[in-house]
Amino acid sequence: MYDAGHYDVIVVGAGHAGVEAALAAARMGKKTIVLAISLDHVAFMFCNPSIGGPAKGHVVREIDALGGEMGRAIDATYVQLRMLNTGKGPAVRALRAQADKFAYSAYMKKKLEETPNVTLRQAMVERLWVEDGEVRGVVTRTGARYAARAVVLTTGTYLRGRIIIGDLAYESGPNHTQPSIELAHDLISHGFHIMRFKTGTPPRVDGTTIDISGLEEQPGDDHPQFFSYETTRPLPYPQLSCYLTYTTEVSHRLIQENLYRAPLYSGTIEGIGPRYCPSIEDKIVRFEGKPRHQIFLEPEGRHTREVYVQGLSTSLPEDVQLALLRSIPGLEQAEMMRPGYAIEYDALDPRQLWPSLMTKKIRGLFTAGQINGTSGYEEAAGQGLLAGINAALFVDQKEPFILKRSESYIGVMIDDLVTKGVDEPYRLLTSRAEYRLLLRHDNADKRLTPYGYRLNLISQARYEAFLHKWSLVEAEIERLKHTVLRPDAKTNAHLTELGTEPIATLTTLADLLRRPEVTYESVQVLAPASSPVTPEIEEQVEIELKYAGYIEKQLQQVEKQKKLEHKRLSPYLDYSSIHGLSTEGRQKLMTVQPLTIGQAARIPGVTPADISILLVYLEQQGKTASEKLGSR
Amino acid sequence: MQDDTIAAIATPLGEGGIAIIRVSGPTAIASVDSLFRGRRSLFQQKSFTLQYGELLDEEGRPLDEVLISVMRAPKSFTREDVVEINIHGGIRLAERVLKLLLQRGVRLAEPGEFTLRAFLNGRIDLSQAEAVIDLIRAENDHALRASAEQLRGALRERIVAFREKLLYLMAEMEVHLDYPEHDEPEATYDKVGRSLRTLLGELEAMIDESRRTQVLREGLKTAIVGRPNVGKSSLLNMLARRERAIVTDIPGTTRDVIEEIIVLAGIHLSLVDTAGLRETEDVVEKIGIERSRQAIREASLILAVFDRSHPLTLEDEALLRELAEFSQPLIYVLNKSDLPPVLHEEELLKYRQAPIVAVSATAGTGEGDLEHVLLNLLGWGEISPDEARFVANERHLGLLQKSERSLRDAVRATLDRAPYDMILIDLRHAYAALGEMIGEAVDDDVIRAIFSNFCLGK
Repeated sequence: MYDAGHYDVIVVGAGHAGVEAALAAARMGKKTIVLAISLDHVAFMFCNPSIGGPAKGHVVREIDALGGEMGRAIDATYVQLRMLNTGKGPAVRALRAQADKFAYSAYMKKKLEETPNVTLRQAMVERLWVEDGEVRGVVTRTGARYAARAVVLTTGTYLRGRIIIGDLAYESGPNHTQPSIELAHDLISHGFHIMRFKTGTPPRVDGTTIDISGLEEQPGDDHPQFFSYETTRPLPYPQLSCYLTYTTEVSHRLIQENLYRAPLYSGTIEGIGPRYCPSIEDKIVRFEGKPRHQIFLEPEGRHTREVYVQGLSTSLPEDVQLALLRSIPGLEQAEMMRPGYAIEYDALDPRQLWPSLMTKKIRGLFTAGQINGTSGYEEAAGQGLLAGINAALFVDQKEPFILKRSESYIGVMIDDLVTKGVDEPYRLLTSRAEYRLLLRHDNADKRLTPYGYRLNLISQARYEAFLHKWSLVEAEIERLKHTVLRPDAKTNAHLTELGTEPIATLTTLADLLRRPEVTYESVQVLAPASSPVTPEIEEQVEIELKYAGYIEKQLQQVEKQKKLEHKRLSPYLDYSSIHGLSTEGRQKLMTVQPLTIGQAARIPGVTPADISILLVYLEQQGKTASEKLGSR
Repeated sequence: MQDDTIAAIATPLGEGGIAIIRVSGPTAIASVDSLFRGRRSLFQQKSFTLQYGELLDEEGRPLDEVLISVMRAPKSFTREDVVEINIHGGIRLAERVLKLLLQRGVRLAEPGEFTLRAFLNGRIDLSQAEAVIDLIRAENDHALRASAEQLRGALRERIVAFREKLLYLMAEMEVHLDYPEHDEPEATYDKVGRSLRTLLGELEAMIDESRRTQVLREGLKTAIVGRPNVGKSSLLNMLARRERAIVTDIPGTTRDVIEEIIVLAGIHLSLVDTAGLRETEDVVEKIGIERSRQAIREASLILAVFDRSHPLTLEDEALLRELAEFSQPLIYVLNKSDLPPVLHEEELLKYRQAPIVAVSATAGTGEGDLEHVLLNLLGWGEISPDEARFVANERHLGLLQKSERSLRDAVRATLDRAPYDMILIDLRHAYAALGEMIGEAVDDDVIRAIFSNFCLGK
């Protein structure tokens, strides 16, 4: 063993979580080293070549608003951009990109290389160096000992990874990389509770062997929007399309006949897979009545023929996979370039974490991404960013940065993880957010950029641009609220023309805009703004006015919940001494160690009665305390 | 906190007949036993049995005959040892006994403390705690039955079932928001609208039922009006015969307002302006119609009494004109049915339509008819109050209405073709309000409100 140097922050792993963690810590001035098993797979998309979608796309916007990298990276490397749910409300509209996964990885590697304070090194970490319950550094397989004040673990599916294809199973990281075995044992030896999860990926085919003639094309948007608030123009290349096809009766029969060879059913797989992202064999078994399943063919990049067969994630034997592919319209002649596989890996029960993502057992040790039981690049990146920020703050001995449920999806996710734990890989959904309308993709900057600025992750110039934009939004809202239309013949003729009822009394433009059928555009026709309004501002104005009633309802909810969120609980509260708690509730409270009554109330198994008792308890403590004060 | 033993008078203060003193805590049995003389010591008495005996004062002299029940921990309401003393002597004696217990180291219970203990010992959850409030407040036997029903979870079951349906609809709407490419047909506005209207109808029915059954719990403010000498007082005495009219005049008890209550068909009628009622019989009517009008205005039910053996007087007619201006449920009571009839029904009905009942207060006949008419009038015609299963208190009703408002907003939003993510905000509110009813959501305010609502004792 030799001393390999001293750093403020060590980031173990360079996937989507690790990259954000390292960049954030370095940008906050911390001397940071990234230790990764393979430098050829920095921020690599081992699964689908896609970023964004409902909730996930929101997270990318949030990462960008806080000064993270993911948004800029995908804007620089997309092959397609689409705004989803445009026909639905503003809360669920979300951007999704198809990525050039190789370009994306190269972009991120370059970014790490260029960023001051970041050292990038290929190494396999095998051991944590811990003294007195606090992390001191790590030791690698080559015997290098790195010292640091904080360590962020982002082990992805490398941690005791095991790939399964049919009856073939072997220890491996994602896509046949080196797995990280020793570190898993080391974590267990430190007393961490380990869970075994499973995920999977579909086969890839040669795009030139696909017959797209009968398939539904899914092109990108003509005028795409971007993930980053900094991106202003599209890439100078044409977008690539995806294609939609379906499984057939033949596919289903093939799977049924070969189920006995499916590791998922033969018992080879022990890990728990995600319900929302089942393998094709799982779909066929669980939804037997469904005549066909959608298959999306997605390009993996501009300089590769490989096409990702979304919807066909499987661990069936290779020969079955090939037959299965050829049972699908458009893929009759397809050449399979890589078979799909299932991968099992170790994760930590995230209830072993504080909301800062620091472990409760070892001070200075943070974890992010799949090791915390999540799935998805965006979920990983969001946690990585927060873990990196909090590692830097920890080094500076500052209060951790914790996002609230009412201000971000990242906050919702982390609160869910540390409060509820996970029993399957966790994926963000918009329906997990109770204040969904407040957490829109379009206002992520308003919600989070001030934090990013304070953390030194957002530049002065960008912050000023942000302030300017929102002052224009405010001004335009004010204008619409104070511009009054008279119910004269001319105005009413105009209104009728626009397809809405005439007005009978003085009406503001804002009131008019609240009518379901009236758009900002039609309001502009009636009384144009003095200076041109950008589409971005237009969108804000329309949402803020049109849905003011609903926004108000959500704000009231937040306000109501605030009281509970502000009632603090000591993390070291001795729940065994509080009389009357239910057995399960007491046990769950001891596990989670919630920091507020609000958090406690969200713990499954903690009953309303338990919360009442905690409130009664707090009240008693408060009374006792104030009586003591009074007697002094 | 729960090391000591508490006691309180468990029956509403002022109600005559039997009073119950409840004692709970580690020394409950010992403390009461030290005051008791019976066939056997309370220590030997079996749980959930009654024992007859005498209660002794400080000097060992018998105070009253009592029935004592012992309920041992943990199978008691508070999960502690509980002793209940049933005495007949009315409120003053109950207070005396309480004082004796306090001298033996028992502490006077704080408001709601029995329930709080039951709650803290895990005996009841939040929604049941509220039913306990209702138990405390149940002012008549029917409401008592309904409250007991709720403890067993009838209310809960109904809300749970309703919430599940709502949840399913919400899930149906949500799926396409999180999975825009989901290939099953999306719930259309028409379908969502239809489902919502069905749900709204169900909720309205629950609210309607709750409102009606509230009468059971809270009693119905009733005015008995009529000119002097039609027999209002004797009618009152007839109705009060079985279930004695109660007058509370002990200062500092729970009721500040002096109320007089009669029970008819199991429903509490709390009489408005009883003082006036008595006065008008003996004293010359001074204030006359003005006083009647006042009583009518306050009442939710009016019993207008006429003398059937006598033609309508000018005063009767003035009253009839007055009644025609009000819309509360009204019953014409034709007294003195034992005498030859003179008054014709049409003479009354031309002023205002209302059911008519003939009684003889002096002969004591017609009470059954009156009960029947009353039940019909309150909409209990087919369902007897015995079958009332759904009694909501003010808070429940408030939450049902809150939920209803949110559902109504959602229906309107559906018609406006508002985006699903907006409609879902309303649906989530509706869902949350119902969750609050069954204790699925916790709010600081709720807890506070519940505990400040507890009366002394159970």
